Amino acid sequence: MTEIATSVFPRSPAARRDIGIKRRYAAERRFRAYGVAAILIGLLFLFVLLWTVVSKGYTAFQQTTITLPIEFAEKVIDPKNERAANPAKLMSANYPLLVRDALVKTLGIDPANRAEVKKATDMVSASARTQLRDIVVANPAVIGTTLNVSLLASGDIDSANKGQINLEVEESKRKVNDRQLAWMKTLSEDGVLSKEFNTGIFTSGASSRPEASGIGVAALGSLYMMLIVLVLALPIGVAASIYLEEFAPKNRLTDLIEVNINNLAAVPSIVYGLLGLSIFINFAGMPRSAALVGGLVLTLMTLPTIIIATRAALKAVPPSIRSAALGLGASKMQMVFHHVLPLAAPGVLTGTIIGLAHALGETAPLLLIGMVAFVVDYPGSPMEPSTALPVQIYMWANEAERAFVERTSGAIIILLIFLVVMNLGAILLRRRFERRW
Amino acid sequence: MNIMTEAAVEKALDQKMNTVSHKMVGKDVSVYYGEKRALFDVNLNVRENTVTALIGPSGCGKSTFLRTLNRMNDTIESCRVTGRITLDEDDIYDPSIDVVELRARVGMVFQKPNPFPKSIYENVAYGPKIHGLARTKAEFDQIVETSLQKAGLWNEAKDRLHEPGTGLSGGQQQRLCIARAVAVSPEVILMDEPCSALDPIATAKVEELIHELRANYTIVIVTHSMQQAARVSQRTAMFHLGNLVEENDTDKMFTNPDDQRTQDYIMGRFG
Repeated sequence: MTEIATSVFPRSPAARRDIGIKRRYAAERRFRAYGVAAILIGLLFLFVLLWTVVSKGYTAFQQTTITLPIEFAEKVIDPKNERAANPAKLMSANYPLLVRDALVKTLGIDPANRAEVKKATDMVSASARTQLRDIVVANPAVIGTTLNVSLLASGDIDSANKGQINLEVEESKRKVNDRQLAWMKTLSEDGVLSKEFNTGIFTSGASSRPEASGIGVAALGSLYMMLIVLVLALPIGVAASIYLEEFAPKNRLTDLIEVNINNLAAVPSIVYGLLGLSIFINFAGMPRSAALVGGLVLTLMTLPTIIIATRAALKAVPPSIRSAALGLGASKMQMVFHHVLPLAAPGVLTGTIIGLAHALGETAPLLLIGMVAFVVDYPGSPMEPSTALPVQIYMWANEAERAFVERTSGAIIILLIFLVVMNLGAILLRRRFERRW
Repeated sequence: MNIMTEAAVEKALDQKMNTVSHKMVGKDVSVYYGEKRALFDVNLNVRENTVTALIGPSGCGKSTFLRTLNRMNDTIESCRVTGRITLDEDDIYDPSIDVVELRARVGMVFQKPNPFPKSIYENVAYGPKIHGLARTKAEFDQIVETSLQKAGLWNEAKDRLHEPGTGLSGGQQQRLCIARAVAVSPEVILMDEPCSALDPIATAKVEELIHELRANYTIVIVTHSMQQAARVSQRTAMFHLGNLVEENDTDKMFTNPDDQRTQDYIMGRFG
């Protein structure tokens, strides 16, 4: 037994050289601990960020509505019966009166008590006017009938219904008075007042009334810009990278170009906004606030990212593949398009999607080209005024009402979902097309 | 028909050998990488239907010379070639010669097997496709089959033609690369240490293949293995420090070389 032990360890442990094994393992353990700590800190901040946004924003996806039997009385909408001759009359009829009448009836208020009536009508969003108008204009036959219509509750009632207003505060200092709270309770019990999924936040445009505002218009503006960036930046970026990487002679000039591309990637985005303002708007005379200009500016901003990613992907293609193609008599062009580019494609796509995601979240340059605009209607083309998702968030963040605060966070959640989807897409594409050699 | 019997090969070769014809002729070939000169006035002729082995210690210029024969050095920016290299009397560095056409006539097999990350079929069919050697599916099928047969890979690969070429073993990959080079029907095949990444069994197969290919192609092979040079080649050229030391029949080279340096190198006294 002892013989075996001595043969395996010919010298006693004390006699062995100290080569610092313990120190080395200790150093490794310390380094691992630092790494784990760094990741934990990162995760903590990510969690705090997501928690704040989600906890503040999830309520934005619900909206309080008040469903009232609206009587489309002819004597209110069109007392002189001139709608056949003059359809424009329907546009300017006194629709709020219909709401008032319905409320007075439902709540059983004395119509002569002006203060009470005012309190009641304040519960319904002023957007009810356009809502009823649209119903009547779309179908004038409803005049003279009674329909149950879901009207948006006003922003303050919505906040109160979601429990976001502090009811401990003295009545005169709070936005919702006791009378309204009592009504809310009865209406809620009758099923007239209810919380529903908020489709308006996805489809509506800008509005000064939080309950009627949404990101629809901004999302369309962002979509236009993304398409412009994709259509311009991808081919230009890939062509530039292929030329620089495969065809251009390596000399001072190409070195200079390379350094400058890397510099451009680090230029603050607001500088691109100034560039866009002076070149596209002031010099080329393109329209202000248009998705076209925004898309062009974001293209300039995204190009360096795409070029750097594409060049890295091209560099990663092994030179043996190039030799193989050239050795068979392929021209340089055939070598690039048949072999190198397909192998580099996952890298190119990943770079493009990350560049697009970056551009989607960009705000500063858009402020300078006038995309901080109050746009109510969907832009029919990239030439029309529009705004962008992050700009919409910026504008809502500047508003005071409680209902805008939750919408700000709600819009952030939507933007984050877009970004996560895009980045996941990048990862999946990479997995799918990655080839080994 | 594709794989000639040993005797038939020897007979055909003997007939050709009687009339020595030079497929490629290098005259005063010098190569510079920037300021550095890598080859010094090399005069070397490549005989038709002969395997010519280029031997010599690392960095002696044998690979550089090989790559001048199909202008693969063109891809290195700082590289400059002087002198004259002809293929069937045409100067291959003449501006009127197109490098793409040259490489279709002078194919190359590299040190490391480098199949395209595509199917075996596509690997072989790629050359004929870009050079327009085949039009119909049947023609391509025919070229792929004969090329793989010539490379001795048909039996192993016929059931997996549409699987990736990178999934083959190292030796099979190298034979696939040879099939790919053969598919464009070149006149000369250059091989740059084709067996250095292969095990002895795969090496033996490739050497056997080289022996068979000699009937139809002119082959120039760079090798670090003296035994390999002795086994596969009929002519051997020894390079040292950018100079051509000696060029001779392989039998004579390995038994009774004219130059002392060749003898020393073959005997393993330097290198």
